[in-house]
Amino acid sequence: MTTDLSAPPRRSTTTAGRGTSPRPPFGVSAVSVLAVLIALFSLVPLGYVAYMTVATGWDTAVGLILRPRVGELLLNTLLLMAATIPLCLLLGVAGAWLVERTKLRGRRIWAVLLAAPLAVPAFVNSYAWVSAIPSLGGLGSGILISTLSYFPLVYIPAAATLSRLDPAIEQSAAALGLGAWRAFFRVVLPQLRIALTGGALLVGLHLLAEYGAFAMIRFDTFTTAIMTQYRSTFNGAAGNMLASVLVFFCLLLLMAEVRSRGTARYARIGSGVQGKALRLPLHAYQGPAQLFLLALTALAFGLPLFYVLKWILAGGADIWTASEFLPALLATFWYGLVGAGATIVVAFPMAYLAVRKPGWFSKSLELSNYVTSSMPGIVVALAFVTVSIRIVPGIYQTTGVLVAAYVLLFLPRALVNLRAGLAQAPKELDEAAQALGKPPLLAFIRVTLRLTAPAAAGGAALVFLAIANELTATLLLSPNGTKTLATEFWSKSSEIDYAGAAPYALLMILLSAPMTYLLFQQSKKVAGQ
Amino acid sequence: MTAPSTRRLPEPRVAPSVAATTNSHLQITDVTKNFGSQAVLKGVNLSVAKGGTTAIVGPSGSGKTTLLRLIAGFEHPDTGTISLNGTTVAGDGAWLPAHKRQIGYVAQDGALFPHLTVGQNVAFGLNPAKLEGGRRAVAARVAELLEMVSLDAAMAKRRPHQLSGGQQQRVALARALAREPELMLLDEPFSALDAGLRVATRRAVAKVLAEAGVTTILVTHDQAEALSFADQVAVMRGGKLAQIGNPFVVYTRPADRATAEFLGDAVILDAWLEGSLATCSLGGIPVRRPPAQGRVQLMLRPEQIRIAEDGPIRGVVVDTDYFGPETTVRLKLNVPKEVAEHADHRYPGGGEVITIRHWNASIARPGMELCLRVVGEAVAFPMDE
Repeated sequence: MTTDLSAPPRRSTTTAGRGTSPRPPFGVSAVSVLAVLIALFSLVPLGYVAYMTVATGWDTAVGLILRPRVGELLLNTLLLMAATIPLCLLLGVAGAWLVERTKLRGRRIWAVLLAAPLAVPAFVNSYAWVSAIPSLGGLGSGILISTLSYFPLVYIPAAATLSRLDPAIEQSAAALGLGAWRAFFRVVLPQLRIALTGGALLVGLHLLAEYGAFAMIRFDTFTTAIMTQYRSTFNGAAGNMLASVLVFFCLLLLMAEVRSRGTARYARIGSGVQGKALRLPLHAYQGPAQLFLLALTALAFGLPLFYVLKWILAGGADIWTASEFLPALLATFWYGLVGAGATIVVAFPMAYLAVRKPGWFSKSLELSNYVTSSMPGIVVALAFVTVSIRIVPGIYQTTGVLVAAYVLLFLPRALVNLRAGLAQAPKELDEAAQALGKPPLLAFIRVTLRLTAPAAAGGAALVFLAIANELTATLLLSPNGTKTLATEFWSKSSEIDYAGAAPYALLMILLSAPMTYLLFQQSKKVAGQ
Repeated sequence: MTAPSTRRLPEPRVAPSVAATTNSHLQITDVTKNFGSQAVLKGVNLSVAKGGTTAIVGPSGSGKTTLLRLIAGFEHPDTGTISLNGTTVAGDGAWLPAHKRQIGYVAQDGALFPHLTVGQNVAFGLNPAKLEGGRRAVAARVAELLEMVSLDAAMAKRRPHQLSGGQQQRVALARALAREPELMLLDEPFSALDAGLRVATRRAVAKVLAEAGVTTILVTHDQAEALSFADQVAVMRGGKLAQIGNPFVVYTRPADRATAEFLGDAVILDAWLEGSLATCSLGGIPVRRPPAQGRVQLMLRPEQIRIAEDGPIRGVVVDTDYFGPETTVRLKLNVPKEVAEHADHRYPGGGEVITIRHWNASIARPGMELCLRVVGEAVAFPMDE
């Protein structure tokens, strides 16, 4: 699962290969071996699911999969996706179009506000809605909460693409006799295809992977059912089979996305500076548009913020017990820092190969990473639980395993940033430094590493903040007695101590705000590539 | 392969780099390079004299950039050797890495370090420990280098992205000159600049390098740039050097038809060669050093065909393209008298359409008959080419 908004690696933005340099800073083979090891490691969750399915045996597996309970979960999941994905697409595109293509008043503020709901973790959103309407539950509320939480996953790439779209395309359409509306549907919307399929994939993967938000409103999906199974039987065959079905769905989504993405070229053709975007006057629609956006952001961002603050005021000073609060904050920071550092270190060889040595080898590494990025947190966590108990018992519930799971879950975020950063540091610069008398390693450090540093820092920040909000894998893998903001929030709100949970919710939102802004900024840069 | 043809021709002006291999600064011998299954260089031999200017010119994909990168030390040759001042730096088990070769390199886009200021870029290759006076000496040297490439010393504080393309190229040159290299490699450094700036920058760069006495190799796909910049032009095609010689020789006496057409517009006609006289639709034209007898292809440069009232050849204007200072005229040649008299297949020609240039647009209108005269000698290529 990932919130990587530029969507998984697809069009490798590689510099034209002018062949290979003779002696890269660390021999190619060393980087390649490292990358292969990382790729193998990243396939652990998939391997676990495949192994478990085989080990369970055909008859048992069929028995466990073909039962009414699975049918019920299947129906829930399918209905949830069938309703939420189109709703997210509709809201996301409408918002993006209003902000980027009309003379909407206050569009700069709206542009940020529409991305803001991403700063509220879905399970915090759920908590706020349950606070507002305690009777919430079932499919309807699942659709409501997940739509409000996830529509920015469509909005952000759609807005980024629209802002980078060459207005000359629309002008050509106008010259060919299309009115503004027809031009939008026949010319602009097809250009959004990559952004929309990518956004839809992310929404789908989030729906499959989300645990907290649905558990809070007692809506059963595969992920919540696996968690329940895990709680009752620890590591049973039934839970494993549910995980297989879940993974199957994730892979199905990936393939659907690859197919619907198509092969057409959407990059801008030709050179020269792009003109300014056309903006449609809204006239009489200005009012309704403002009302629509107001309602949307109020429900998706205002309401959760309001209820969190309300619980904090209601709880008063009692809820800020430093003895509970500080350890959770410190643990979150610790895991976040270690996890972010490890993720960047692991991502670097992959990014290096993808940018500097494009070819079938780096493509297949990317593919393995692409598949891993779709694995829900619960599956990654189960895989590590199983591996650490059965193969290396000593490491079960150690920080190392938890960090390894974080690395797998958030590798794509770091990769996207590192790739962009490395693309800013073409090997020609390295060579220029060598021609100026710097030995290869020094040239690499002073030029390539130096130029990649900002991107690496950005990637590390994203990973850090994602870890701060991670719930599912942390619940399963964190060392005994360790509490993070997310798990502490979860245990308090599960005990219906809504006031006690509020400070943790507020902190997570505050921590996520810069992440959301970073993602928003990053998407604008990546969209043009 | 072309060395003999240039050697047996008396040179109109002998460039130092063509004349001798005794004083060669750079010697490339039988170098090959493959990328995967693709052979990029198929046996290249080149000698560059000390202080000379060599342009390697060829269409894109001909391997010229790869050759430059081999010289710089960014790539290993598969076979063959590269030597600098008589010392083998690549091949035969020897390998001197790029940072020890004392070769300056200016890339196509300048490759300035975006995270450093202009001054820091120029100072990148300087070693403050070796300069007397430390930091102040570095600053002085940077100012001196910027002045050398006609840039204001105040530019040192700017960032590369604040400079124009031409200024970036000059900074890249100053940066490469900082280490006082003996050999400077220029990889299409002017191609990203617009036309006016390109000529000015090329002249400025050539002047700086000549004054510094640096041996220079320029890679370009622009034949005019190659002919005007260098005193030795090496034409590269399909991973080989098709011809090496001074600009005048390679332009007026190209070794083969492809080279002729690459280096400029060419009028190619079938002809019958007897002795050193070729007969074609343009009449009898002298050929120096005929490579074969009988049926040949004859190459003339368009500027050798002049419109003259008393010219013996006639042609009818098909159409014209007006470019301002000159007009391109397409002419259909009449069948010459000799060919018409000898109804003999040995004399080919008649009716070809050729393209020439003229400064006066008004004398050439479609349908008009013009009289032509051929100036100078033609080059003949055997038919089997």
